[in-house]
Amino acid sequence: MEREPPEATVLDLTEAGAAGRSGRELVPVPRPPNPGVAGLDGLLSDVDGWGRSEHMRSFVRTIYEPIYRYWFRVEWEGLERIPTAGGALLVANHAGAIPSDAPVIMHGIEKELGRPVYGLADYFFRSLPVAGTLWSRAGGVTAHPDNAHRLLHDEGQLALVFPEGVKGPSKLYKDRYQLRRFGRGGFVETAMRAGVPIVPIAVVGAEESMPILARSGTLARILRVPYVPFTANVALLGPLGLFGYFPAKFKLRVLDPVHFDAPPGRDRYPRSRIMEESEAIRTRIQDALFDMLSRRRSVWFG
Amino acid sequence: MRSESPAGQRVLVTGVGTFWGGRAAQIIEQDPSVEIVVGLDTRAPTVPLERTEVVRADSSYSILSRLVRATEVDTILHTHLLVDSTAIGSRALHETNVIGTMNLLAAAGAPGSSVRKVVLKSSTLVYGASPKDPYFFGEEAGRARPARTRVERSLLEVEGYVADFAEDHPDVVVTRLRFSNVLGPDLDTPLSRALRLPLAPEIFGFDPRLQFTHQEDVLGALCFAARHDVPGIYNVAGDGTLTWSDVCRIVGRRRVPISPLGTGLAAGALRRLGIVDLPLEVLSLLRFGRGVDNRRLQDAGYRYRYTSAGTVEDFARSLRLRSTVGDRPPAYRYDPDVEDFFRRSPAVVSRPGPGTGRRPPPPAG
Repeated sequence: MEREPPEATVLDLTEAGAAGRSGRELVPVPRPPNPGVAGLDGLLSDVDGWGRSEHMRSFVRTIYEPIYRYWFRVEWEGLERIPTAGGALLVANHAGAIPSDAPVIMHGIEKELGRPVYGLADYFFRSLPVAGTLWSRAGGVTAHPDNAHRLLHDEGQLALVFPEGVKGPSKLYKDRYQLRRFGRGGFVETAMRAGVPIVPIAVVGAEESMPILARSGTLARILRVPYVPFTANVALLGPLGLFGYFPAKFKLRVLDPVHFDAPPGRDRYPRSRIMEESEAIRTRIQDALFDMLSRRRSVWFG
Repeated sequence: MRSESPAGQRVLVTGVGTFWGGRAAQIIEQDPSVEIVVGLDTRAPTVPLERTEVVRADSSYSILSRLVRATEVDTILHTHLLVDSTAIGSRALHETNVIGTMNLLAAAGAPGSSVRKVVLKSSTLVYGASPKDPYFFGEEAGRARPARTRVERSLLEVEGYVADFAEDHPDVVVTRLRFSNVLGPDLDTPLSRALRLPLAPEIFGFDPRLQFTHQEDVLGALCFAARHDVPGIYNVAGDGTLTWSDVCRIVGRRRVPISPLGTGLAAGALRRLGIVDLPLEVLSLLRFGRGVDNRRLQDAGYRYRYTSAGTVEDFARSLRLRSTVGDRPPAYRYDPDVEDFFRRSPAVVSRPGPGTGRRPPPPAG
């Protein structure tokens, strides 16, 4: 684990990112923050304490860039609201049978701001062979409160979380853009405890990239996975639809960050306060979604 | 916190016949402020000791209570906890860890006891390894799943006894040190045995994050806790995490995958074939890995000598040496008569230590 001050890493990356923004270059691979010993340079991978490999991220960004730019044609609004230094918890709506929003947000911020984003997700990923390892190397971290606190408070990183959890991507197409319950507001408590702002992000496009027509609870229980969807992609494209997204137009709007005037570092915060803040953030994302949808003329062209 | 213990410390080291107890006693007896060192074990010490009084006895309550009362020890260094379930049977593991600790604490907590400090050498095995774990366990973190393996269960029971003892005796400094995977030139652990094979086993599709503690840091932390007053629980692990593939690369081993389904069956076959014994707790470690937050001990003032990567590198060096010159025979063999002669015979003039170091005789009394 890193003993150097977290600001150093962040500043280093931000400078690199600022340079990269003008030249549209990939984010340079930073030095691994993991302390090694002399003579091991060729023997140690650049995997950090979170299992994230910057080489892997950079490789994924290279692969994903055409999808991001030409398939989803992602457009951001209010990107300047994301802090360029220090910890912040990014909170967004979640959709698509295999959620397409997480890679879009992580890719976009890393390309545009040059800051790494850690994607908090269900521990289910960690128990998968191969896929779980790749997910971890690509910046996925299980959404344990201790993990989030260490990332946000101790290391001053950006972490992305979907408070709807599995209820978001498993919802049917007819319920699209209807936000589910925001868990138990744990994300608010995490941000309060870490003393970092929450940056809400509204995402339009993910719902149509892989819509769910039906779900099978029985199959999910047998396969021991959170949900088994039957998607429109599979209906139209057959097996190709398992991984092939529809080219829906992605639009993302970053909303004003929420700063809490609660004292950081507490073990517990008043439940009423947490639920109030959580509900307020949910309402703001929901309103932003309705506003964006009312301006959208076409699912495919925006 | 961290006040120097008063001069004339009287230390009891359990498990002096093990590598840990023996080495810890060796280091502690060099400290002139330590008045006496008593080493307890059923087996003879494996390292040369200059002035440690070795008692070869089991850890039954009657012996321990007499020992504590007679020697008036103020510090107990409890190193005799087994964390390698492949080395010993289930019953003996329970006897050593749980019953041994229970008797020791009962003796230490008797009315009018002289004991003012207890240091326990525990393991991060108490946290387990599962997908629901935090990436860095804090000292107060609980387990995600109940313990299934006997070594984990016995360590949890031991820690329970020690926690109760600390609660019942607020005037006694109780330190619990939880060591993560220990590697070192002189050690034999399930992971070191796996790395000694021509092909290192891995679980297909998993590349867990691991942390390592160098044997020197284990001794360093034990002696640090014996010397300073640091009550509470402390994780001990070298800085940084390494993936298993990195570990294998440093050690120079190719990996051979074990099936992620039916891993227990595959490991059972490997054990019966006599290739390698990978117990359940090691298999879950190779699947999910484990990281601990090691900052509390550093905040208390301990400075690590090795990082995780440095530990593995040092282990790789010893492995390369061993592959060339083979296992060296033990340099020392304990003989009570010889020890007694050198320590107590009037014929001995300069009291040469059986080891290399020479020191003035301990103050009488």
